[in-house]
Amino acid sequence: MSPETAVARAASTTNSNQNTASNIEEAGSSLAPATFDEMFAGPGLARPAYAQYLEWFLREEPARLADKAARAEELFRRIGITFNVYDDSAATERLIPFDIVPRLLARDTWAKLSRGIEQRVRAVNSFVADVYGEQEILRAGVVPTDLVLNNEAYLPQMQGLQPPGSIFTHITGVDLVCTGPDEFYVLEDNVRTPSGVSYMLENRETMMQMFPELFSSIRVQPVTDFPHFLRRSLAASAPEGSADRDGWPTIAVLTPGTFNSAYYEHSFLADQMGVELVESRDLQVVDGHLSMRTISGHRPIDVLYRRVDDDFLDPLAFRPDSQLGVAGLMEVYRAGRLTVANAPGTGIADDKALYSYMPEIIEFYTGEPALLNNVTTYRGSEADDLAFMLDHLDELVVKEVHGSGGYGMLVGPASSRAELQRFRHKLMANPGAYIAQPTLALSTVPVLAESGLAPRHVDLRPYVLLSPEGIHITPGGLTRVALTEGSLVVNSSQGGGTKDTWVLE
Amino acid sequence: MLGTTAQGVFWMFRYLERSENMARLIEAGHRIAMTRTSTTRNDEWASVLATAGSFKAYSRAHGPVEDTLAVDYLLRDINNRSSVLSMMGSARHNARIVRTALTREVWEATNEAWLAINAALASPVTDRDLPDLLELIRTQSALVQGMLHGTMVRNEVYDFARLGTFIERADNTARILDVKYWVLVPSGNDVESRDDAEVLGAAPARARGFDDDQAIQWESILRSVSALGPYRRVHPGPITPAGIVEMLILNRRMPRSLAFSFAKVTDNLSYLVESHGQSQPSHKLATELSESLEGRNLESLFDEGVHDFVAGVITSTAELAGQIETDFRFQR
Repeated sequence: MSPETAVARAASTTNSNQNTASNIEEAGSSLAPATFDEMFAGPGLARPAYAQYLEWFLREEPARLADKAARAEELFRRIGITFNVYDDSAATERLIPFDIVPRLLARDTWAKLSRGIEQRVRAVNSFVADVYGEQEILRAGVVPTDLVLNNEAYLPQMQGLQPPGSIFTHITGVDLVCTGPDEFYVLEDNVRTPSGVSYMLENRETMMQMFPELFSSIRVQPVTDFPHFLRRSLAASAPEGSADRDGWPTIAVLTPGTFNSAYYEHSFLADQMGVELVESRDLQVVDGHLSMRTISGHRPIDVLYRRVDDDFLDPLAFRPDSQLGVAGLMEVYRAGRLTVANAPGTGIADDKALYSYMPEIIEFYTGEPALLNNVTTYRGSEADDLAFMLDHLDELVVKEVHGSGGYGMLVGPASSRAELQRFRHKLMANPGAYIAQPTLALSTVPVLAESGLAPRHVDLRPYVLLSPEGIHITPGGLTRVALTEGSLVVNSSQGGGTKDTWVLE
Repeated sequence: MLGTTAQGVFWMFRYLERSENMARLIEAGHRIAMTRTSTTRNDEWASVLATAGSFKAYSRAHGPVEDTLAVDYLLRDINNRSSVLSMMGSARHNARIVRTALTREVWEATNEAWLAINAALASPVTDRDLPDLLELIRTQSALVQGMLHGTMVRNEVYDFARLGTFIERADNTARILDVKYWVLVPSGNDVESRDDAEVLGAAPARARGFDDDQAIQWESILRSVSALGPYRRVHPGPITPAGIVEMLILNRRMPRSLAFSFAKVTDNLSYLVESHGQSQPSHKLATELSESLEGRNLESLFDEGVHDFVAGVITSTAELAGQIETDFRFQR
């Protein structure tokens, strides 16, 4: 009997209410026995954080829960929280599946975790400021100079530039996975233009609308004030003396346009902050300021929260064929008359080739050992590591150094012999383009499947705001869930869904 | 407010109004066609196509007018930019662009209208289902307008929503009169021969009632612009050319008349002038148009010639729309 089946049986016998064993799927036997389930500590035994929730869940009519799940989808479709799928011309707008079982984090777990996040985010910002400033870390030999200065993510145009308060990474989305009780690993520090925060907010909105009774009985830390904190944080990062006649800096969100996969989020955030959503066609440089064309003339912008990649920001400084940016933007930026969030060039800090140096980077800037775990990383560029990678391909997760979104990635244990063989050739042809990591035993949280609760792997992306005023970490963040049984890929573009994340008071 | 936001809101409401008008036009056409033989029925659809400005495009795509094809072309053909399906797509596309300027209610009503109309038009509409479908389109449009009315602050965004609505409505009412004016004439049956002498102004025809067929047509048209009931109250007795002209052009209380539409356009431009402190050429144009209707009596309108007058209004409306676009920096 698999552990999950045991759970199912026990859950149904310990509760004499309407719920039957069919409510909890007898599945998950393909999971490694070491898998840590965040809800169940053992057969029928909820971990303390989930005790109250599970009690409620088992009292609910399965049919009512199924109705709620359908209702949630209807709500999401109505508000139009959709994303565009690449390589899919037939259905350009899709919903990200939403699971109505929340992911819960105990207060202490979160307190510990958020200390680690703060340390890491501050260190990452110091690293970027240093790379584009004095480069002490390179002179100290902690990180190879070549790896930084010859990296595609390094922007020479940023050298010597110090934005207000030396803040480069205004918004970070740290990707974490849990492998055991209070045991978290950082998979990626997303410091370019991390997305998904609108899902976090809409998920909470939907849960509150559907299950108000749960929020009365279980005290959950709020996330709905995120747009307020975002606006405050961006305003605090404005260039000095940029407040307009109302006493507030002018902020705008720059989107590539309605065809971008994250357009909903861009408009949502602008709306929630009460600032303008702008596109390239709305902007030009007027009298040395980045300005937007309003119905009564040009109005200067002080802070640009851009959701356009570095390369496309300014055709004069970066890609000359860009239609998404503004000619002369970088000149305004260099003159100190504009804050760009996040700063161009921050990608140097979340480059996969530099990831393995994060523990040293954190220690270098904070003087303390890293609080959060970093995954052991093998570099294809190094001969010993490459040999190990080729020998252990079936055990490793291999990623492209510059890939994203789960594309171009090999999950060794889940791949066929032929797939392994194909990847081996790719790896040997261009070893420097790959890194490898051991497969982690990712935790599971149950989802509501057709037959009841079924364990699925999850990750967690908390959003962190950094400004000269301080740091703000959303309690919780976005939980992504791999909806396919046994799958470890949580990306929305590859069948992942989301859950509301509750940090308990 | 961004120029592109003004543009998006303006066009969102133009498309919304236009698709509602299309439903109204098809409804009138359908009613009239039901009173016809199978051959003259197609004449009626030709006249609907002409009013929608789609006659030429239809002919290129399908050749001779045929009722089922015409209805499908006007409702569902995505290659026809003026089909209800295309226009709802355009309205929703513009709404997405200006999402931040709208209340959640207005956005959701628009998105839901799009979802509902898309679903309803997923397959060809049978004769039997047509009335329900047309009702759905009008109801969805009304929901968006209702949400706008009930939830939006009366700011610039609202002004541009109203400008788009009433510019479009004026244009639509003028087009109905432009195409249908020949119906007022006892002889003459050809949709395409608009250059006939201005017979409307001929004194005997003006006060005389219509023959039975003409009466049915005008009844259907008045009904489609929600004016039949009001007409009967304002003008007891049979429907006359003078009554129609009063109702659809000069009546300042009829929400789909030219006088009403231009008064609204002028009002909303005045609010924009107030908040910007400087008068714009578009405001002047609108005021002139509005005033040309305000001081007008029936006699002078018939003396000028109703058809010429209506043709002039269509041109002026297009000019006004262009001027609004320039004055408020819709584009770079």
